[in-house]
Amino acid sequence: MKPKNQRLVLVVAAIVALIAAALLAMWGLRSQASYFYTPADIAAGKAHEGEGMRLGGMVERGSIRHLPDGVTIRFMVTDGKAQTPVVFRGIPPDLFREGSGAVAEGRLQNGTFIADTILAKHDERYMPPQLGNLSAEHKAGKTLEK
Amino acid sequence: MIAEAGLAALWLAAGLAALQFVLMVLSLRIQFDGARSMRSIAVVQGLLTLVAFAMLLIVFARSDMSVALVFENSSAVKPFIYKVAGAWGNHEGSMLMWVTILAIAGAFVALLAHRTSERTLVAALGAQAVLALGFYAFLLFASNPFARLWPAPPDGQGLNPLLQDPGLAFHPPTLYLGYVGLSVAFSLAVGALLTGEVDSRLARAMRPWVLGAWILLTLGITAGSYWAYYELGWGGYWFWDPVENASLMPWLAATALLHSINVLAARGALKAWTMMLAVIAFSMSMVGTFLVRSGILTSVHAFAIDPERGTFLLALLAIYVGAAFILFAVRGATLKEGAPFELVSRESGLVVNNLILSIVLGVVFVGTLYPLFVEAVSGEKLSVGAPYFNAVAGPLALILAALVGVGPLLAWRRERRPVFGQLTIPALLGTSALVITIVLWPGMHILPRLGFTVAAYLVAASILPLVNRNPFRAPLATWGMVVAHFGIAIALLGMAANAAFTSERLAIAKPGDTLTVGPWLVLLNDVTPTAGKNWTAVEAELRATRGANVVTLKPQTRYFSDPPAETNESAIRTFWNGQLYTVVGKPDASGAWQLRLWWKPFVTLIWAGGVLIALGGALALLGRLWRLFWRRRADADWHRERYA
Repeated sequence: MKPKNQRLVLVVAAIVALIAAALLAMWGLRSQASYFYTPADIAAGKAHEGEGMRLGGMVERGSIRHLPDGVTIRFMVTDGKAQTPVVFRGIPPDLFREGSGAVAEGRLQNGTFIADTILAKHDERYMPPQLGNLSAEHKAGKTLEK
Repeated sequence: MIAEAGLAALWLAAGLAALQFVLMVLSLRIQFDGARSMRSIAVVQGLLTLVAFAMLLIVFARSDMSVALVFENSSAVKPFIYKVAGAWGNHEGSMLMWVTILAIAGAFVALLAHRTSERTLVAALGAQAVLALGFYAFLLFASNPFARLWPAPPDGQGLNPLLQDPGLAFHPPTLYLGYVGLSVAFSLAVGALLTGEVDSRLARAMRPWVLGAWILLTLGITAGSYWAYYELGWGGYWFWDPVENASLMPWLAATALLHSINVLAARGALKAWTMMLAVIAFSMSMVGTFLVRSGILTSVHAFAIDPERGTFLLALLAIYVGAAFILFAVRGATLKEGAPFELVSRESGLVVNNLILSIVLGVVFVGTLYPLFVEAVSGEKLSVGAPYFNAVAGPLALILAALVGVGPLLAWRRERRPVFGQLTIPALLGTSALVITIVLWPGMHILPRLGFTVAAYLVAASILPLVNRNPFRAPLATWGMVVAHFGIAIALLGMAANAAFTSERLAIAKPGDTLTVGPWLVLLNDVTPTAGKNWTAVEAELRATRGANVVTLKPQTRYFSDPPAETNESAIRTFWNGQLYTVVGKPDASGAWQLRLWWKPFVTLIWAGGVLIALGGALALLGRLWRLFWRRRADADWHRERYA
C-alpha cells in the first residue's frame, strides 16, 4: 500500500468500526433494554406481558408471604397509587424488608411480576434514584419507621 | 491541627500546579527554559499531596470525630484496618487519593522521563499540571475532605458494612493507580501533539506507564470481580453494573493502546491513532470517575448524591476531553505518515485488534450511558443489563479471542511465510472441544459452547510464539505476551465452565436435613448465634460430602448496628475442580432455614486467568525496564570511554 492509501484505509476502517459499534449498540438496545415501571404504570397498561423490565416501589407492609416451598416469597409493591403482586424465588438481598424500597427485575405474567432478581436499598443512606421521586406519603412512612 | 495541615498542603500543591502550567506556557511560547524548575515543582507538588493524604489517614486512624468526613464514615469501635481503609472508602477521601496519585505520577514523570525531547516533556508536565489543577479545585471547592464539625460528636456514623472487607483496602487504590497511570499517557500525548514530536521515542517513553496502569487495572478488575462474587452473595462474578463498566472501559481502551503503542514504538506507524487512544483511555478513566463519584448511578458504589459535585466533575470532563480532542483535530492531520505495511502483517493484526476492542468499548459505553441519556431527554426510565452486554459484547469478545491466536504469528511489515499452518493443532483442539460439547451436552447454550471451542484452541495457539524458537532466548516481553494471551484462554475456560455447568440448589432445611448440589451432599448440622467486634450473626454449620471429601462450611448472616444493616457472608470452599459456595438466609416460622448452595466447576479459572493476564503484563514491563536499564548503562559506558 502507498502511504497515502494506507492512511485512507485506516481512516475508513476506523469509521467502519464506529458505525459497526453504533449499529450493534442500537440493535442490542432495541431488543435488550428493559424499561422501569411503577405499579401505577402497570395498572395503566404501559407494560407488556413477557417483556423484560424493572419494577420499582415500596414493599407494602404486612404483604410478604412465604409459599409452602419455603424459598418463594410473594409480596406487593406499591407506589401509593397502585399495587403489583410480585413472586420471587430465592434469598432476598440484604435490607429487603417491608416498608422499604426495592427494585425487581423480571417479567409480567398474568398480572403478576415474576422477579429474577431483587435489588434493595443497600444501606440507610443509599437509595436507587429511580425511587427518589416516589410519592411523599411513602417517604413519610419510611421516616416514621426510623 | 492535623486536618488544617492537610488542607494547607492541598492549597500549596494547587498553587504549584498553577505555577507549573504558567512555566509551560512561557517555555513553549518564548525563549525561556523552564524545564528544570518545572521538574522540581512537579516533585514538590507530589510530595505535598502525599502529606495531605497522610494527614487524612492520621485523622481516620485516630477517629478524630471533629472532622466531618470521619464522623460520617467511621466509628470508634471499628477494627483498626477498616478505620484506615475507611479514609478512601468515601467520596472525598477517594478523590483525595485520586489527586495524590495524579500528582505523584507527575512527579515520577519529572524524575524519570529522559527519553522524550525536553520540549515534549515540558508540554507533558504542563498538561499534567492542568489535570491536577482541575481536581484540586474540585477537592477544595466541592469536596473538602478536611472540613471540621463543631462541636465534635462523640461517635461516628460508621461505614457501610458491605465495605468492611479486606477487598476494600486493596481494590480502590489498585484501580485508581490504574486510572491515574493513564493520565501520564494522556499528558504525554497532549505534550507530543503540542510539539508535533509523535515518534517511536515518545511511544517508548509512554509504554511503561501504559503497561503499569494496565496491569493495575487488570488486577483491580479481577479483584473487584472476586469481591462482588463472595461479598454480595449472588454467586455471579460480573454484573455489568455501571460501576463495573466504569473500570472496564478504561481497561478496554488501555488494552487497545497497549497494542498500538507497540506498533508506534517498533515501526513508527499508527501515530495519530495511538495518540487518539491515549486521549480516549484517560478520558474513559475520567468518565468512570464521573459515573462513580457523581452519584448518578444506581449502585453500591455511588454513595454520594450531590448534583453540585456531579456538575463540577462533568465540567472538568468536558473541558479536558474537549480540549484534547480539539488539539487532536488541529494537530492530528499534520502528523507525518507512519512507516507503510501490507495487508497481512503484524501491524494489520494489531489494527484489527484495536478495531474490535474499540467496537467493544463503543457498545459498552453506549450501553452504560444510554439509560442516563434517555432519562435526561425523555424522563423515561430504563435499564440496560446483562442481556444487552452479553448479546452484543460476548460474540465480539469471542472473535477477538480467536484472532489473539493469529496476530502474534505474523511478521512486521509483511508476512509472506505460510504461518497459518502452525495453527493446525490449535484448530484441531478447538474443533474437538466443539464436537465433544455437542455430543455430551446437546442442550448447552451457544455462548459457553463457543467459549469452550475458542478457549481450547487458544490454549494451544497462544504458546506458538515460543514454540518455534528457543523459549529461553525469547525476550521477556514475548513471554509476557504469551502468558497474557494464555491467561485469556484460561479465563474464557472458567467463564464457559461456570455458565455451562453450575448447579444451584435453593431450599429450606432444618438442622439434620441433607440437600444435594452437583456432586455434593450437604448436611445442615446446626445454626448458632455468634458475634464479632461490631456485628452479631447467625451462623449455619454445613457438612458437605463428596466421596471421601468431607468439609465444613460456616456461612453467616451478619447484623451491624451502626449503620443498621445486614449482610450475607457466604462460605466458599475451593477445590482443584471448582468451588462450593453456600449462603444462609432467614428462618421461617417452623424453624427451617433458607439455604442457597452452588457447585461451580472451574469457576476459579476466571480469576486465575485475570491474574495470568496481569502477570503477562508484569513480565513485559520487567523486560522493557530491564532493556532500558542496560541501554542506559551501555550509553554511559560509551560516553565514559569516549570522553575519558
